[in-house]
Amino acid sequence: MLYSSYEADQALMNTGPKKVILTLFLLFLAFIPLQMVEGIPDLIPGFDFLGNNDWLKLLSTACIFAIGALGLNVLTGLAGQVSLGHAFFMGLGAYTAAWLGAAPGPLAGIGLPMWIWLPAAGVVAAIVGVAVGPTAVRVRGLYLAFVTLGLVFVGEYIFRNWSTLTGGSQSGRTFPDFELRLWKEETPLVDFANDGTWFGVALSGEAKTYYLLVFLLVVFVLLAKNLQRTRAGRAFQSIRDRDIAAEIMGVNEFKYKLTAFGISSFYAGVAGALLASFVGRTIPERWDLFLSVQFIAIVLIGGAGVVTGTLLGSVFVITLPRIVQDFTGWLTEYVTEGNGVFVWLADLLVVTGEGDFGLINVQQGIGSGLSVSILNQVLYGLLIIGFLIFEPLGLYGIWLRIRNYWKGWPFTY
Amino acid sequence: MNPDILILAQETAHPSRFAEMVVEGLSLGTIYALLAVGFVIIFKATQVINFAHGALATMGAFLVASAATIIDVPGRWMPSAPDWLVWALSVLIAVIAMAGIGMLLERVFLRPMVGEELFAVAIVTLGLDIFLRNYTNDWIGPQPRPLGDPFGAEVVDLGWVSIAQTEIAQIVVALVAVGAIALFFQSRMGIAMRATAFDQEAARAQGISVGRVFSISWAIGAVLAAIAGIFISLFPRRAAGVDNTTAFFAFKAFPAIIIGGLDSVVGAIVGGLLVGFSEAAAGTYLTGVSFLGTGFAGIVPYLLMLLVLIVRPYGIFGTEEIRRV
Repeated sequence: MLYSSYEADQALMNTGPKKVILTLFLLFLAFIPLQMVEGIPDLIPGFDFLGNNDWLKLLSTACIFAIGALGLNVLTGLAGQVSLGHAFFMGLGAYTAAWLGAAPGPLAGIGLPMWIWLPAAGVVAAIVGVAVGPTAVRVRGLYLAFVTLGLVFVGEYIFRNWSTLTGGSQSGRTFPDFELRLWKEETPLVDFANDGTWFGVALSGEAKTYYLLVFLLVVFVLLAKNLQRTRAGRAFQSIRDRDIAAEIMGVNEFKYKLTAFGISSFYAGVAGALLASFVGRTIPERWDLFLSVQFIAIVLIGGAGVVTGTLLGSVFVITLPRIVQDFTGWLTEYVTEGNGVFVWLADLLVVTGEGDFGLINVQQGIGSGLSVSILNQVLYGLLIIGFLIFEPLGLYGIWLRIRNYWKGWPFTY
Repeated sequence: MNPDILILAQETAHPSRFAEMVVEGLSLGTIYALLAVGFVIIFKATQVINFAHGALATMGAFLVASAATIIDVPGRWMPSAPDWLVWALSVLIAVIAMAGIGMLLERVFLRPMVGEELFAVAIVTLGLDIFLRNYTNDWIGPQPRPLGDPFGAEVVDLGWVSIAQTEIAQIVVALVAVGAIALFFQSRMGIAMRATAFDQEAARAQGISVGRVFSISWAIGAVLAAIAGIFISLFPRRAAGVDNTTAFFAFKAFPAIIIGGLDSVVGAIVGGLLVGFSEAAAGTYLTGVSFLGTGFAGIVPYLLMLLVLIVRPYGIFGTEEIRRV
């Protein structure tokens, strides 16, 4: 690709097709919930299932995880620092949001509007991130992974014991709803959580939440994309590639590592607040090591250092359990009702009754095999291993290879 | 002064409390040390940070439970043999199986990553941990699996303090294991391993089969983890047997490793004991302190790790990384 100016080279949308495809994709995202509305035809046949409330919930969750993963991508993908502490910063954000946003009750809460508690969740997490940063910057490489590992356990302990804020392990607490108010007035300006009508179109609460989260995701994607093109973004990448060389060239390693920590924690805090509000009642154990590992999986499966990859990774990791569940359900039905040689092969995969052998078990307590939830975990593990061994660039790398194949077609180079 | 506080203070200060703490610390410390030594051996020889160590410990304990009770392998062939012999054979079977599993994991998942960045390899083992831990936990099921050991809950009374038979066995086994490893490092294979740890390419140029060193170090690491896993699942810790919390217990070996320094076997032992004693001390003396809340003893190892890292970023015995442009 040849560019005639530096601006053209650095542009976010550097080719024409990219603009067209992105616009179409955003329109598609906006249209997904509308397919469920009476009187509006399906845009693309076969994709209307995405408009169901449970799929909208999955997509919303994917948006939240994508926001969090963008933060980890800044730290791990751009600045090259491994962090297992993402869950801790998400928890911080969630409880900041709860304190500021939840209505006053038995648990701490002062009932401020969303435009205060959402940014505040990020800011508090970022401040703590910068505060623990000096320790994290002093240790390097793998020792850092262990410091942040310690952070998750210490954080979980604090959340568990601060029961006036977090509700403790038994009951947890509720979080503020997605509602836009100017101040503490009775009726919210915009209500994202409950069913209602927008511009004459009746929408479910799930659809409205989905729109809000897609909008927030677009904002955070733009921020992350732009960060890569700033002085700080280039400094992060030079530290990742060779920290001493970067320092000799005049990059202040300490300052930029702290900045990376702060930015990553900000994203984590916002994602934590969104996740807690989206899920509803949450116990302190939600912010555990597995959540951190999920984010590492997203960044690595998607492709470290690439924003597109992070988005692909989030959708993949969040929808995988659902896809596995649907697939095993379909397979079980196929095995019990169909016949033929393929049924016999499929029978090896699922457990259908007493004493049957199979890899996956949909019924609890009958025969051998893994339950679907455990199978998902096992798949996470295997996918992380597989991508690191075979495709270190992740899903983005696979996409690059497909793109280059078509770009060069009929040549192979 | 409030008389209740006085009584509490007198109870806390009683020498038997201290003796109990020492026994508890020693018992916890040897478990962490066993895990940490295996981890450090794997790290030194193969440059792999093994996050799957806790999963290996769980697998080891579960294999003993399977061999001894679920399948009852030795008992079926020797119905009239005494209990301790049957159990010893079960442990032997499990340990040999774990050595094989360790070698297999290295060969399949980590050999392709040789020469990659340390961090990428560490994440591979993180994936391996998720995979193995969940797979094993699914096999174990919701109920703990008893290990079928002959020790039971027997204790030996030493006046101020009583010590469980398993704890004595554990301390003896840990000492034997550490001695065996010290001897192993003098053997031909041990020297090859030390050479590989020093410089993989140079060792290869000297005719050392680096691949075999990798296999052996993983076998040793897996066996040590399995032994630790067995003791985690016995009387004073988990009387009911191996369950899905065993792997999380083993997580506390990580602070031990970092405190001692990632690449020091001596450091691993010292770190393991330090973590064990600090956890026991916190459990003994800080449990009643109300503002610390519940579960404080569980995070003491991590706090200690953070403290040590602020003072010494490479642990107490770890070698400082020399950074070149």
